[in-house]
Amino acid sequence: MNRSAREGKGSGYDLVITGGRVIDPETKTDRIADVFIRDGIIKKVEKARGKVKAKEIIDAKGKMVVPGLIDMHTHLREPGREDEETIYTGSCAAVAGGFTSICCMPNTQPPIDNQETVKFVYEKAKEAKCKIYCIGCITKGRKGEELTEINDLVQAGAVAISDDGKPVSNPQVLRNALEYSRMFDLPVISHCEDLYLSANGVMHEGFVSTNLGMCGIPSIAEEVVVARDIALAEFTQARMHIAHISTEGSVELIRQAKKRGVKITCEATPHHFTLTDEIIRTFDTNAKVNPPLRTKKDVEAIRRGLKDGTIDCIATDHAPHSIEEKEVEFDFAPPGLVGLETALGLVITELISKRILSWTQAIAKLTVNPARILNLKGGTIKRNSPADITIIDPKASWVVDPSEFQSKSNNSPFGGRKLWGKVCCTIVEGNVVFEG
Amino acid sequence: MKLKSRHLLGLEGMSRREITLILDTAERFKEILARPIRIVPTLRGVTVVNLFYEPSTRTRISFELAEKRLSAEVVNFSASISSARKGETLKDTVRNIEAMKTDMVVVRHQAAGVPYFLTQCLKSSIINAGDGAHEHPTQALLDLFTIREKYKKIKGLKVTIVGDIKYSRVARSNIRGFKIMGADVSLCGPTTLMPVEIQKMGVKVYSDLDKALEGADVVMVLRIQLERQKGGLVPSLREYANKFGITRERLKGLNENFTIMHPGPMNRGVEIMPDVADGPHSVILDQVTNGVAIRMAVLYLLSGGEGKVE
Repeated sequence: MNRSAREGKGSGYDLVITGGRVIDPETKTDRIADVFIRDGIIKKVEKARGKVKAKEIIDAKGKMVVPGLIDMHTHLREPGREDEETIYTGSCAAVAGGFTSICCMPNTQPPIDNQETVKFVYEKAKEAKCKIYCIGCITKGRKGEELTEINDLVQAGAVAISDDGKPVSNPQVLRNALEYSRMFDLPVISHCEDLYLSANGVMHEGFVSTNLGMCGIPSIAEEVVVARDIALAEFTQARMHIAHISTEGSVELIRQAKKRGVKITCEATPHHFTLTDEIIRTFDTNAKVNPPLRTKKDVEAIRRGLKDGTIDCIATDHAPHSIEEKEVEFDFAPPGLVGLETALGLVITELISKRILSWTQAIAKLTVNPARILNLKGGTIKRNSPADITIIDPKASWVVDPSEFQSKSNNSPFGGRKLWGKVCCTIVEGNVVFEG
Repeated sequence: MKLKSRHLLGLEGMSRREITLILDTAERFKEILARPIRIVPTLRGVTVVNLFYEPSTRTRISFELAEKRLSAEVVNFSASISSARKGETLKDTVRNIEAMKTDMVVVRHQAAGVPYFLTQCLKSSIINAGDGAHEHPTQALLDLFTIREKYKKIKGLKVTIVGDIKYSRVARSNIRGFKIMGADVSLCGPTTLMPVEIQKMGVKVYSDLDKALEGADVVMVLRIQLERQKGGLVPSLREYANKFGITRERLKGLNENFTIMHPGPMNRGVEIMPDVADGPHSVILDQVTNGVAIRMAVLYLLSGGEGKVE
């Protein structure tokens, strides 16, 4: 990144990003412009006449200048498994991947099911390289039984509630959570999995699982719960967000629900729009994930859902696991893969380059859409917004090498894959926190 | 001719020529086994580890005999998954064993893919003695051997496999093996024990036993476990026996030269009636005898042998 200082009279700006293609889905901006920043705030977005003066100038010619990416689904493992990831290392991975905000899921040890733990996370987040938002549990201990003190969680700064990793199996408990959360206009993020149907499953149930003789997780294990949750969302008029959808049937259920006007949103992960269960033929435990990688038909359905707007957000489900936990028999490996540092590259390579999404559509799913769902400031490049900005070189390619990740873990199935689009610079509140 | 791989992980991807090589080699070992002195020096100085993470009688003894008759040095390691999971990882265990200088590892494990996993962490040749419901290649090879011995061919035979297909590695390896060798394979079992999309393996699927048996030359009966009843996949073993149990009565329409196989252990009176298991069409004990010859052939070929056995 070409950085320089050009101070002089009238230079009231801390940072100006010049000459880049500014893409801001919120304001429907897609043009070459300069972004002027002072005190961590975007002051104006316009094409400057004459020479720009500022304490620091970043020349972004030929680059994309987009709102800082927001990941609404990240596992940070702190407290509890700091050997796999900490809030700090997770934030390093985030900014390396172009994210300026990440939302940590509460399945830590102990889980984030009370105000003290939320406060602990925000305390730790002060040292982080990006903004951390906390998602609290729906139920105490993620047991699916008693509601957490949701008011307390919200007061401490929780932006959503979820028992992610586990479903809330009892529909009455989920109904109560939805109705109660309405008081706070708080989204409830649902992990849709029927545990009876998925029991013992380690991969998608289909021809590959049949061939390998592995216990399968059928598509309906997800779909019956998506259908139930849509019904509950419609009934309670609360804000329901479905995490990591993976099947053709789920996409269709949500598409139909949205048509009826149900207040429901959803996300898909880069691995679910890229990989299929065929990858399991090599027994790569880094490709073991929940929900599992599905079939080509499902991948295509996810891509269609992204294209037609059924799927609002792209989220990583970044799930770090230690090498010793993953280097075991496939059946015994924990599910999950790290995604913060490959998400943007996969979006560009698999969706934008293949003309499934435009830049504006893709960036919206990584910025303004999650910001709106979670009521976050930012996710846009406009006057008076926080100066959270990511600069991307769309023409640069790179090969994924998990050993070079900033994350403490390297459980990625994408090692060796060539991706397009490199993060040149990540800026959080006007400060450059990462340079690629 | 040699085998393509140093390992035997499964029959998937094997060629007809390779399988034929193994069967031909086993034929010569079977001759050796009929001699008064049943031991040859072929694998002298070779150390083989039998790593059994799952209980096994037949397969373990069969491998051990095969190894000993080839003059290999044999080490047996049995571990229950539960105790192994508490302690060191599988990778650590096998690397420790290999550090004591071993050449071949025979592995049986309840998790699919373990033999493949071992090829990633060891230098030894790996032989799969059964991994989850994935593959049990030496079982399928001995079944192919037994059938070829009887009919002098495999191509064109009609093979019907009856039972718990879903959880059976024997079924999967046999489907692959018989298909590669040109047989016509049908499956029959309760719909709840039939894995999804199994037709894509090139087999016909039935839940009506009488239809499945029509024109069959070979009937392979699989073990049904009590766990399937507990798991709700079949209402009761009694009902299973009524609908899928192989009785003499149900075999009446078959051509007179048909064959009954069972990989063992049998639940007499459930999936197979005693008079069928012990009847004139049964080759169940031949299967066991041939297992040793097949395993000798596999060990020999994987250690670099070229199919010329003296």
